[in-house]
Amino acid sequence: MRQKDTNLHKIDWVTVGLYFALVFIGWLNIYAAVYDEQNATSIFDFSINSGKQLVWIGTAILLIIIIMVADYRLFHNLSLVLYALFILILFLTPFIGKEINGQRAWFEIGAFRLQPAEFTKFATALALAKIMEGPSFDLSKLKDQMKAVGVICLPIALILLQPDTGTAMVYSAFFIMLYREGMPQRYYVIGLALVGLTILTLAIENNLYLFGSIGAVILILVAMSKKSWQNAISFVFLGCIMAVYALSLDYVVEKLPEHQQNRIMVLFDPDVDPLGVGWNVTQSKIAIGSGGLLGKGYLEGTQTKFDFVPEQHTDFIFCTLGEEFGWAGSFVMIALFVTLLLRLVFLAERQKTRFSRIYGYCVVSLLLFHFTINIAMTIGLFPVVGIPLPFFSYGGSSLWSFTILLFIFIKLDSNRIQILGRSY
Amino acid sequence: MYTGRSLVVAITIGVIALILLGKLFLIQVTDDSYLRKAERNAIQRVVDHPYRGLVYDRNGSLLVFNDPVFDLMVIPKDFSLKDTTRFCNLFDIEKEYLIENFTAAKNYSWVKPYPLIKQISKEDFAKVQDFLIDYKGLFVMTRSVRSYPRSSAANILGYIGEISGSQLSRDSSRYYVQGDYVGHSGLEAYYENELRGNKGVKYKLVNVRGIEKGAFKNGDLDTLSMPGENLQSTIDLNLQLYGEQLMQGKRGSVVAIEPKTGEILTIISAPTYDPNVLTGAKFGQNYTVLNNDPEKPLFNRPIMATYPPGSIFKIVQSLIGLQEGILTPNSTFPCNKALVNCHNHPTPVNLFGAIRNSCNPYYHQAFRQVINQEVSSNTYTDTQIGLDKWQKAVLKFGLSNRLGVDINGEKGGSIPSSNLYNKIYGKGRWKYSTIYSLSIGQGEMLVTPLQMANLAAIFANKGYFYTPHLIKSINDDPSRIPARFKEKRDSGVEAKHFDLIQDAMVQALSGTATRAIMKDIEIAGKTGTAQNPAGEDHSVFIAFAPKEDPKIAIAVYVENAGWGGRAAASTASLLIERYLTGEVKRPELEEYVLKGDFIY
Repeated sequence: MRQKDTNLHKIDWVTVGLYFALVFIGWLNIYAAVYDEQNATSIFDFSINSGKQLVWIGTAILLIIIIMVADYRLFHNLSLVLYALFILILFLTPFIGKEINGQRAWFEIGAFRLQPAEFTKFATALALAKIMEGPSFDLSKLKDQMKAVGVICLPIALILLQPDTGTAMVYSAFFIMLYREGMPQRYYVIGLALVGLTILTLAIENNLYLFGSIGAVILILVAMSKKSWQNAISFVFLGCIMAVYALSLDYVVEKLPEHQQNRIMVLFDPDVDPLGVGWNVTQSKIAIGSGGLLGKGYLEGTQTKFDFVPEQHTDFIFCTLGEEFGWAGSFVMIALFVTLLLRLVFLAERQKTRFSRIYGYCVVSLLLFHFTINIAMTIGLFPVVGIPLPFFSYGGSSLWSFTILLFIFIKLDSNRIQILGRSY
Repeated sequence: MYTGRSLVVAITIGVIALILLGKLFLIQVTDDSYLRKAERNAIQRVVDHPYRGLVYDRNGSLLVFNDPVFDLMVIPKDFSLKDTTRFCNLFDIEKEYLIENFTAAKNYSWVKPYPLIKQISKEDFAKVQDFLIDYKGLFVMTRSVRSYPRSSAANILGYIGEISGSQLSRDSSRYYVQGDYVGHSGLEAYYENELRGNKGVKYKLVNVRGIEKGAFKNGDLDTLSMPGENLQSTIDLNLQLYGEQLMQGKRGSVVAIEPKTGEILTIISAPTYDPNVLTGAKFGQNYTVLNNDPEKPLFNRPIMATYPPGSIFKIVQSLIGLQEGILTPNSTFPCNKALVNCHNHPTPVNLFGAIRNSCNPYYHQAFRQVINQEVSSNTYTDTQIGLDKWQKAVLKFGLSNRLGVDINGEKGGSIPSSNLYNKIYGKGRWKYSTIYSLSIGQGEMLVTPLQMANLAAIFANKGYFYTPHLIKSINDDPSRIPARFKEKRDSGVEAKHFDLIQDAMVQALSGTATRAIMKDIEIAGKTGTAQNPAGEDHSVFIAFAPKEDPKIAIAVYVENAGWGGRAAASTASLLIERYLTGEVKRPELEEYVLKGDFIY
């Protein structure tokens, strides 16, 4: 009894409050997205998605209670078992899963559908924390790098088989955590340079301009490298690699199926395929953009309410908020998310064990990635990939998995003093 | 280890948030094009078409009204047919037609209504109305088409049809859209702005599939349609119908004008057509038939056909001679058939006798005096000066230019000036002997039947006229008709010169058109026969009556009817009787005109 009281006292209520604020706002927006003025039903009506989401929220609270009353050691001890279990399920999904939209990514249990790939996220986070917690684990060593990357890549490979590119992409978020844990910086510099070069290659139609800018960058680098001829030569070599990369990327993009090509090109020109791939982005931007500074008012949005935006209650839920609450609403929502993320960084840093800290950064990484990519996609900054907005998007798998992910960390955090007193 | 990197992560989170908020600010606050696109997405303008104005005759009889027709609309999602044959029999359509239109409906939209069968008449609709309940996904939309209860006056009333591309591009007010109906000819076209009314607009919210989701802003921006304004025409429907009956089987024109006002009482183009055929679903099909008819029923002869006026022009010649002081009532010329052919009558004749007998040599000689006033010693120059002076005088009679009647397509005809002959023969290479045909209304001279009737009105009014027009009042307000129809126009000939002319015209009937004479009404008239090298001569007659207080001035032009006294004068006389007395008591003359087989 005494121990429980202490636990409640040590729970980080700021994070819990932010969680419930986001879930609540998300729920209101789901109602707005499915609201039909001529056939108005209560937000609690179980026949519409807001009512169903309420069921998911209720069961999520049950999950929270279970996590909070469970022994904190359980997560540490079971981490690899859970990982193995979900990898097995992932492996089986393509064979026994239900096919929806050409993907075999779902399990059907009665009236409810669950997406195993969602739950694999927290299992992977636990597994990563587990294998990296040892004091000898050193990310500057190639062997340890391979271990970590292996744990990440196994689910990616299995999810790609479903195939669900968006969800698979999410696992790359763990590289944020790896950065904090000491992954050499040069990987990230190269990675960011590649991303930059990729964007430039796709954005600049005329290769002459592209090679011109690469040449200019190289010239500046050569001019700055007064030290030696060797440096200058290596920079020129780098320039050649960049040019070859750009050319081969162009080639690969042209070889892609047309719908995937369009998904990429629509970022630079929304008029590519405006009724196909461009439709989502165009309509999504219209919905958000028409919100103005203060929005049209709750339940007054026309674009989401009248189904102009596809997937408006799931992946494109942010449109409803942008349209009905305008920039002010978007600001509040983004501020809540940023506060949550920074709070989690703060919590992770105050952990006494490496396991808890790594797990905390995994939570930060996954939430940040989902949040960034989802909103960027709705405003045309990123290709359309089917990943939900944490705590907002309609759907049980998504809400449950993010709830479990977050509350395991809150549980670990609330027990951080006791954890210190133990040794694994 | 690496604790510094937590700061990098935190900063990254902040930078991402700033980028997202910045982009959101750009599309939400600074760029309002998304708002407009959103409105275009979700707000549908539904146009409420107004009732088009009605047209009445001068006595209040209805000429044009709106008849309801029914478009059978289909919503493909809800529509299914168990017995296609029964459906086709019921609606009297071919199976192929049904399949074709239903396919078009499906291609248009799965959920939006599409016209499956257009413009079902109310008679046909009555037959199928009760069966409609058997079919799901069908409903009826009421529209209206023009209808003409007496099937009369097709050429004046005109017809309406879908707006053409060029009309759309000329519409600077941007009132019209593709598919709107506009007047294409006649009064329908000329008074389009009055007749059309004003469209109303409802703004409705629609979802992505076009399904209605209620009114936009509770309907605060919606406007009601304003029905079009009714017109009262100057036409006398009874006279028009009688005239159309008389002109059956003939090719030509009748124009009757009320001289004191310029109001057109009757304007007939023969052969004509039933205006009801250019309405509703069969418009296109019927239009093609009419357009290809060799008798050209769509050609509005009274204002579009031009002919040499023939002998009726001798009155204009007399008046100009009198006004110029070249002729006096006593001017006498011999009937010299060596100059130009004539018929047998006493000779020599004075001006009165010349009109009464329509003496060609008289006008040959008189016109020479009008043209060659010896202002120049050079005959050629003198002729040129004289012709131009004469032409100016003739123009004042409303010739050679459009009169300005309120129907589109009017022709102006032509009265030659020296320019024309200079062009044909060269300057200084033509003289009176070249142009003498003009003296008797032949040669290079063209006049419309409307202008001929207007000449009769000028003779009746002793020198003035009002622009002939078809509009009497707009929405029961006579002051709203165009101001130019109330302006008196002067022929340039003083009233005193007309007494002799009018007396001679009364007498002329007993010389050249005895059939036209009536016992108790004094008719002043003049026959003409326009030579037609292609066949029988055209018969022409102008008249006004009663002489002392003219109430009607009329011109009748019958193509290929031979000598003017026969067909034209009889028709005119019957119309005058009908208009002045309200009935016709000369059945034998009526029978003569009706049986006269002049063209077919």
